[in-house]
Amino acid sequence: MRYGMAIDALKCVGCSDCVVACQTENNVPIGYCRDWIVEKTTGTYPQLQMEIRSERCNHCSNAPCVRSCPTSASHYGKGGIVLVDENACIGCKACIASCPYDARFIHPEGYVDKCTFCLHRVEKGQDPACVAVCPTKCMYFGDLDDPRSEVSQIMKKRKWKTLIPEAGTSPNIFYLI
Amino acid sequence: MSESMDRRRFIKISSTFLGGLAFTAPLLSNSIGNMIVPNPESRISGLRTPTYCEVCFWKCAGWVEHDESGNIKKIIGNDEDQHSNGRFCPRGTGGVGMYNDGDRLKNPLIRTTINGKQEYREASWEEALNYIADKLKAISEKYGPDCIALLTHGSGGSYFGNLLKAIGSRNIAAPSYAQCRGPREVAFIGTFGEGIGSPERTDIRDTRCLVLIGSHIGENMHNGHVQEMSDAIDKGAQIITVDPRFSTAASKSNFWLPIKPATDMALLLAWIHEIIYNEMYDKKYVDKYTFGFDQLKEHVKDMTPEWAYGITTIKPDQIRETARAMANASPSVIIHPGRHVTWYGDDTQRLRAVAILNALLGSWGRRGGFYNPEKAYLPKYKLPEYPKSTRSWRDAFPGQFKLADLALASGICDATIPSVDDKCSFKAWIVNGTNLITTLPDQKNTLKAIQSLELLVVVDTMPMEITGYADVVLPECTYLERYDSIRVSGHRNPQIALRMPAAEPKYNSKSAWWMARELGLKMGLGAYFPFKTQEEELDWQLKNMDSSLEEMKRIGVKTFPREFDDLYIDENDNFEFNTNTGKIELYSTSFEEEGHSPLPVYTAHDEPPEGFYRLNYGRAPMHTFGRTSNNPNLADLMDENSVWVNPKVARDWDLKNNQYIWLENQDGIRSSFPIKVRVTERIRFDSVYMVHGFGHDSKKLTQAHGRGASDSELISKVLLDPIMGGTGMRGNFVTFKFKAANMEKNT
Ligand code: SF4
Repeated sequence: MRYGMAIDALKCVGCSDCVVACQTENNVPIGYCRDWIVEKTTGTYPQLQMEIRSERCNHCSNAPCVRSCPTSASHYGKGGIVLVDENACIGCKACIASCPYDARFIHPEGYVDKCTFCLHRVEKGQDPACVAVCPTKCMYFGDLDDPRSEVSQIMKKRKWKTLIPEAGTSPNIFYLI
Repeated sequence: MSESMDRRRFIKISSTFLGGLAFTAPLLSNSIGNMIVPNPESRISGLRTPTYCEVCFWKCAGWVEHDESGNIKKIIGNDEDQHSNGRFCPRGTGGVGMYNDGDRLKNPLIRTTINGKQEYREASWEEALNYIADKLKAISEKYGPDCIALLTHGSGGSYFGNLLKAIGSRNIAAPSYAQCRGPREVAFIGTFGEGIGSPERTDIRDTRCLVLIGSHIGENMHNGHVQEMSDAIDKGAQIITVDPRFSTAASKSNFWLPIKPATDMALLLAWIHEIIYNEMYDKKYVDKYTFGFDQLKEHVKDMTPEWAYGITTIKPDQIRETARAMANASPSVIIHPGRHVTWYGDDTQRLRAVAILNALLGSWGRRGGFYNPEKAYLPKYKLPEYPKSTRSWRDAFPGQFKLADLALASGICDATIPSVDDKCSFKAWIVNGTNLITTLPDQKNTLKAIQSLELLVVVDTMPMEITGYADVVLPECTYLERYDSIRVSGHRNPQIALRMPAAEPKYNSKSAWWMARELGLKMGLGAYFPFKTQEEELDWQLKNMDSSLEEMKRIGVKTFPREFDDLYIDENDNFEFNTNTGKIELYSTSFEEEGHSPLPVYTAHDEPPEGFYRLNYGRAPMHTFGRTSNNPNLADLMDENSVWVNPKVARDWDLKNNQYIWLENQDGIRSSFPIKVRVTERIRFDSVYMVHGFGHDSKKLTQAHGRGASDSELISKVLLDPIMGGTGMRGNFVTFKFKAANMEKNT
C-alpha cells in the first residue's frame, strides 16, 4: 500500500480552504501551516497562463528527511506516509534543510511539524481534511498500489507531473495538468 | 475625517477603556465562552450542533464540531445542504475566528461627554436599551415614526425590521441592493418578470458554456458556484471570461477577452448583433416566448463586431468565435448576471443586455441555463397589523428610481441630510451588521448624514468604523452563539436549515432577536413580539411545516419535494411571464413606461486622465468584504491587500514589487494607509486592482488596523443609475504617491 494524492491544477482556484481546514483539523497554531498555495503566472499580457497549486509534504518514497534524521523521529508510517514522532524529535532541523519542498517547520512547542495526510482520519476511512473540504473537489487521495482507487484511476486518465523530480525523492503528490 | 464634525466625533473605542473591562470580568468572559455546550443532546449526537454560516450571504449549512470538553473545534459542511454540498469555503471553515476574536465588542456602550471630551462609557443592557427606547419614542413623536430607518445586512434585519414596522416605519434598507446587486434584479425583472435571487439560479453544474463578465468566480467564493464551475470544467464546458484582469476564472477559461474597462456594453451588443444576424438564436423559444424581437434586431443593426472592436479592443474574430461558442451550447449556456454590478451608472441597462442575450439563446428556464428555484414555505405567526407608514425614502426622490423594488441604503443616507424642501429627513438610524463607512461610497456624504442624526444605534459583533460614530453600541453575539430564523432560500429543491448556538454568548453580547424584542417591550409594542424565546418561535414554525426544533437539531437541513412548477420550462408549456406582455421582454415596456430606454444603449464612460488609472476592486476567496479582515484565522491566510500594477506602468513610475505607496484619486483623496505594490502581467495597463475590505482605520481592530489600503475611501465619485438608484463605483481613477498626505503638508 502506498498513499498518494493527485491534485487537479486545472480546477484549483487557490482559495486556501485546504490550508485553514488543515489548521483547524490538526490544531496547527495560527501563523503556521502544513499546506499552502503556490500561484505561477507565465507570459505577457494578454498571452498568459497561470497554474495554481495546493502544496504540502510530498510523502516521498525516497525521503531525504527520513535519511537525515539523527534520531529516527522522521520515519515512514502506514502506507508510506512520512511522519515525525514529536517525542523523539530534538528540533535539530536537519530534515528541514534536506527537504527540497520546504514542507517542514518548527512547531512553537519545539518539534518539527508537517502534513500527516491526516492519518488519524485516514485510519477511520475518511479523506484528509484538505481533500474533504476542497470546494472545487480538485484533490484525490488513496492507495496508489490499488489500480481501482480513485487516485489511480484519475492518474491513468490524465497527464500529470511531480514537483522537483530531479531531486530524486519519488514524491507521492501528483499534479494533474 | 474633517475637524468640523463636532457633534458626533469619531470615538476610538479605546484600548485603555476596554482594558478596564477585562479587569472587572476576566473570569466570566473566559469561562463562559469556552466551556458551555448548551444542548446536552449535542454530546450524544457525536458532539456536533447544526448551523448555517454567516461569514457571507451564501448561508451554507453545516455542523459545528466540539471537542470532549465542549469547545468549538471546527466547522464543516452538511452533506444534505444545497448551498455547500457538505463543503464550506475557507471563510466558513475559518468562521470560528469570528467567535474567538479578542477584539469583539463586549459590553453596551453609550456616548457621553466627560470634561468636554466625547467618550464611550459602559452601560448595562437595561440602561442602554432604555436609552434607545426613550430616544426612539421621542423622535417618533416629534418627527413621526417614518423618520427612523434601519440599515442592515444579515440575519438581524428581520428582527429589527419587525421592530421598525411596529413603530410605523418602512424605511428598511440593505446596502446589498443599491450598492451591489440591485441593477441585476431590476434588469431581470424587467425582462423575465423575475429576479435572480440568492443563491443565484444559474444551472452552472449542467452548463455547456459559462460566460463571466467582470464576475470572478473563484476569487468571489460564492461557494455553490465555485463548486459547480469546477464540475462544469470536469464535464468539458466552455468558459468565456471577459475581464481587464487575468482573473483566476480567466486562467481556467477557454477564452479570455481582456476588455478595455467600462466598455462591456459594446461587447454585449455586438454579441447580440452576431447572434441575431447570423440566426444563431433559439428560434422556437424566441418566437414562442419573447416580445420585441424586431425592434431589437433593428436596434443592433449597426453594432457589428467591428464597431465593438473600436470600443472594447476585443478583436472582431474573437467576438464572432465566442458568439458561436455560446450559440453552439444553447440553450445550456449562461451569460452570468454577476452579483456586485454597480459599476458605471448604466448598470441596469448593461444587465438588460445580459438578460436579452440569455433570452435569445433560450437559456432562461432551461437545463444548463437558469433553473426555476423553489422555496420552502415558512409559516408566519399572525401579528397585529402594523401601523400605516405615510412617508418613505422615496419622497426625497420624486419621480426618480421608480423601478427600484427595494429601499436604497444610499437613498436613506442622502435623505438624512436635511434639505430645504423635504419634510422629513431621517433622524435616527439603527445599523446592524453593516459598516456603512465602507459599504456606502462617498464617505464625506455618509459622515454628513451621520452628523444630521439625533440617534445612531449600531449593533455589531466587532468595533468596525461605524461603531465609532454611534450614540449607542450594542454588542451582538456571533452566529455561533445564537439561534436565527430558519433559512429558506430558494434552490433546486425547497430546503430549510437551522442555526443554533454552539456555545454561550461570549462576554456580555446578545442576539439581535433578543435586542429587538426587548426594545419592542420597552416601547409598548409587545404584541408584535409574541414569543418569549426564539426557540419557541422556531419550534412553532417548524411544527407547522412537518418538522420540529428537535428534529432540526438532529439533522440540521431538511429537503422537501417541489410542489409548484418544474425545475425547467417544458417545451410544450405555455409559460406566462410576469411582465406587461406576459412574454420575455426583449423590448421592455415597463422601462419605456418610466421613460427609460426600452432597449440597452451603449454610452461612453469617462476615461482616466493622464497619469491616472481606473480603480478596479474585487474579492479574495478568504475574505468577505471588510468583515473578516480582523478574523485571526482568515487574516492568517491574507492580512493585507496589494495594488496590482502592470509592469509597463511600474516602469513608468519606477515602482518595485512589494514597495509601499499611497494611492490618490481624482478628487485629491489619498489613501489613509500605504499599500504594497504587486507588479503583475495579470492587469491591464490602464487600470489598477485591489481587493476590497482592507485599510481599516478603527484602531480597535488590532489585526486589521492600517493593513493595506481601503478602496472605499477612494470611491468619492458615484455614477448614479437613473433607473433604480444604484451607486456606480468604477468611475474613480487613482495615481501613485510616495508619501502620506500629512507628511506632504509638513514638507
Ligand atoms: S460561501 Fe463560505 S462564507 Fe459564505 S456562507 Fe458558505 S461557507 Fe460561509
